Amino acid sequence: MAFELTPERLAIFEELLPKYPTKQALTIPLLHICQEQAGHISDEVIEYVAKKLSLSTADVKGVVTFYTLFQQKPVGRNVVWVCRTLSCELMGARDITRALEEKLDCHVGETTKDGEFTLLEAECLAACGGGPMIQLNDEYFENLTPEKLDAILDAARKKKDGGCAVTFSPVGIRARKEH
Amino acid sequence: MPVENPRLLTKNYDTPNSWTLAAYEASGGYQALRKAIAMGPAAIREEVKAANLRGRGGAGFAAGVKWSFLKTSPDKPNYIAVNADEGEPGTIKDRTLMEKDPHRCVEGFIIAAYALDVHTVFVYIRGELVLAIKRIEQAVREARAKGYLGDKVIDQDFKLDIVVHAGAGAYICGEETSLLNSLEGLRGEPRLKPPFPAVVGAFGAPTIVNNLETLATVPTIIELGGDAFSKLSRLHHLRDGGVRLYGISGHVNRPGVYEAPVGITLRELIDDLGGGVRKGHTLKAVIPGGSSTPVLREQDVVHAPDEKHPLHAWHGKSHLDVPMGVDTMRGLGTMLGTCCAIVMDETTSMVRVAENLMMFYAHESCGQCTPCREGCAWMARLCQQVRRRHGHAGRPRHARRRRQQHHGQHHLRARRRRGDAHAGDPEAVS
Ligand SMILES: Cc1cc2nc3c(=O)[nH]c(=O)nc-3n(C[C@H](O)[C@H](O)[C@H](O)COP(=O)(O)O)c2cc1C
Ligand code: SF4
Ligand code: FES
Repeated sequence: MAFELTPERLAIFEELLPKYPTKQALTIPLLHICQEQAGHISDEVIEYVAKKLSLSTADVKGVVTFYTLFQQKPVGRNVVWVCRTLSCELMGARDITRALEEKLDCHVGETTKDGEFTLLEAECLAACGGGPMIQLNDEYFENLTPEKLDAILDAARKKKDGGCAVTFSPVGIRARKEH
Repeated sequence: MPVENPRLLTKNYDTPNSWTLAAYEASGGYQALRKAIAMGPAAIREEVKAANLRGRGGAGFAAGVKWSFLKTSPDKPNYIAVNADEGEPGTIKDRTLMEKDPHRCVEGFIIAAYALDVHTVFVYIRGELVLAIKRIEQAVREARAKGYLGDKVIDQDFKLDIVVHAGAGAYICGEETSLLNSLEGLRGEPRLKPPFPAVVGAFGAPTIVNNLETLATVPTIIELGGDAFSKLSRLHHLRDGGVRLYGISGHVNRPGVYEAPVGITLRELIDDLGGGVRKGHTLKAVIPGGSSTPVLREQDVVHAPDEKHPLHAWHGKSHLDVPMGVDTMRGLGTMLGTCCAIVMDETTSMVRVAENLMMFYAHESCGQCTPCREGCAWMARLCQQVRRRHGHAGRPRHARRRRQQHHGQHHLRARRRRGDAHAGDPEAVS
């Protein structure tokens, strides 16, 4: 089935369009908006983006595969990124990763059986001073211990709005909410 | 000497709702913009030059000088691309500016744009930093509503828009030409230089790429005057001026972001700002400015008996007691980088540190060059083998051979052996 953006998301795209000198410059912003809606970047999304921006699907696919934040296969309702880079590791990131794998009963790179969580490793997320840390959807949790994780995961399980059928989208709807 | 605590850039960090326009204006915000507009573009550029503002993104190039390279032409617009990609492991400073004082950043962008005759500023923010993106977007909206942006900036005949552009998770997009490619909607692969961005940058137009902190410092420079700002630094005489944000992470008691003059020592950063190495432990090594900067150790001392040597004043002192400046750190064989240190105590395995960071570079290689694409992964694997004690005496030689093959030195060596005097010195480049 062909992919279409909802009217309110399309409006964000149309607002951005005149700000750039070329259409191609909207590749990443538009992919973010699409991913917020669809959850991941499927072939249909790639075709949609290519058509919208008058590009070849190869151009768009090249961009999708280059960047870490674009999910190329479906992910859980919540995405947990655990930072594995040096500062966090010095402060115990490997314990956090192991604890997450146990608590979620899945390995890094996998989605839980109930589809609630996808567990991924991230490279340094610019929060080294608060290591070890995770990013859960679009929120940071710093200075973690394995004990602190339960409350964080429970809260995410209960949170039914926020609609994280997706990762997060920096330029999407939620970014527009007043902060 | 106790570390001075100027609180210029971090002035608002503890204010409630510091990210709102109301809070920023209450602290004197946007007065520098008014002053700058009264001064005019040329005078602003002079102040920034006098401020000896060295780029805060890693390379430490003088901002005033970079601005003078902008090659304007009548048929192309000028752009500013703000580098807020903050991806270098250990680096945590730009995020705090965007989250806690976004209006200071926006004011800096506007002044810089006015000085450089730019009508569109692109702010390239790392995609993961969702809160920072929201705060900058909101600050831009507030500034536009207040008339600081738009068709007439503060009723002047000057039009300006700021476009917030979120990246999508790629460390290499912090490199300036790669950032431009990413902004244009391409894969974030670095371009060959020259031409430099100031000549051919975003969308083929002349572009100044500056780090976010570099530009967020501009309002303070205008407020104080360039020379007075520069003199806040302990390295004013080396043309490395002002105050900057320091970060510290790893095995210290108080990790975080601190403001201090340029030129404090690593020891001051660790002990006075970072609260010292964590209790019961001793320092093993420190990465001074993000993971790309070579490691320093306390027991290494400066050897500069020659009076003309730039580090002569610190001859015989520990590396940790040399002021942190762009040129002094270069003199030590490392780099100032982003000024965000990673501290490691005696429990740390340096082999594992190397492995961890090589995994980072292997993951983040953009894949254009074979030595980087293949080599980083090889190095990570090699470190892993050494750590697991599977390494043997032949391994390091093996690694060096691989590296030389990548550099084409292997052939040089063979040609030299055959007596080809023109083959160059294979050791010289390695
Ligand atoms: C691999 C690589 C990554 C970089 N990442 C960043 C970054 O995240 N943020 C940044 O401001 N500069 C980064 N830089 C430096 C930029 O290329 C550029 O020098 C800088 O943005 C210029 O701004 P400045 O003169 O204000 O420092 C990086 C450079 C390289 C080679
Ligand atoms: S392959 Fe590596 S060295 Fe080459 S441009 Fe990409 S990141 Fe830089
Ligand atoms: S190393 Fe984990 S956030 Fe930087």
